[in-house]
Amino acid sequence: MSDAKEGQQHPLAVYLWIWLLLFVLSTFSYLVDYFHLHGMLRWSLIITFMLLKAGFIVAIFMHMAWERLALKLAILLPPLCLLILIGFMAIEGDYTFLTRGAAFLH
Amino acid sequence: MAHDAPATALGPLQQVAGDFGADKQAFTVPWGKAMMWIFLLSDTFIFSCFLTSYMNVRISTMKAWPNPSEVFALHLFGQDIPLILIAIMTFVLITSSGTMALAVNYGYRRDRRRTVMLLCATAALGATFVGMQAFEWTKLITEGVRPWGNPWGAPQFGSSFFMITGFHGCHVTAGVIYLLITAKRVASGFYDRKGSYETVEVAGLYWHFVDLVWVFIFAFFYLW
Repeated sequence: MSDAKEGQQHPLAVYLWIWLLLFVLSTFSYLVDYFHLHGMLRWSLIITFMLLKAGFIVAIFMHMAWERLALKLAILLPPLCLLILIGFMAIEGDYTFLTRGAAFLH
Repeated sequence: MAHDAPATALGPLQQVAGDFGADKQAFTVPWGKAMMWIFLLSDTFIFSCFLTSYMNVRISTMKAWPNPSEVFALHLFGQDIPLILIAIMTFVLITSSGTMALAVNYGYRRDRRRTVMLLCATAALGATFVGMQAFEWTKLITEGVRPWGNPWGAPQFGSSFFMITGFHGCHVTAGVIYLLITAKRVASGFYDRKGSYETVEVAGLYWHFVDLVWVFIFAFFYLW
């Protein structure tokens, strides 16, 4: 083999720490349900733990942190247009809800 | 910055422009890895469509949404523990993600025995996850959950549940088969003859993605 390192090679400790961190974050998100937290506190905690977990999986386990910027942009930017879909569908859902409510009132 | 510096001093955007604009291969990774990433990007859109449609029906339904915390509770040790099966499934999948990451690492170290063992452990954990999901489906179907209705409220609960977890379960099942084939190839020395263990990393990308999707399903379907 050549001297250049093949693929993504990193110290084991990096993976073990992230592994531990994912366990801790999963426990936290389970505890949110276990302690019956409600309202904005519940939703913000769920979203925070979810994004942290997703970020660590993509960045470290899937090695995205060490890839070149061209690959990062090509893979991570397109999903942003999903925000538009989510926004539209939320508005659409509210509208359907109101329409159904109006139909039931007649 | 300095004009005598080598190409590494290029700004990040100049580097991107060079990668895409120059008359060369755009992504400096093996083609298998680039293709796997593009496949995962398309899969991201599929799962996002499922989760978005779930959000849409949950917003628009006139009936109360069944409380997942109670629906997925298990009666253990004389008391109802909320969401416990899903929590265990989450930990099983995260454990499998860890063993997968280590398998990729040992593959690059040419440690065939450990790589095969870790790949098989990952596949076994994946199979455990699918088994628990089968148990969960059986439990809910016995309790009367159908794609068109359930005893607790909004009928859309069943269709969203079966669609999202079913599609994810199919991905895990496919992943288990994929990992076992990869393990067999590692064991036979296929990648040593090929001179590259990057295929193991590509299999790892798929497996981590399955875990990644579960993170979102866990947050939006089970915890919300």
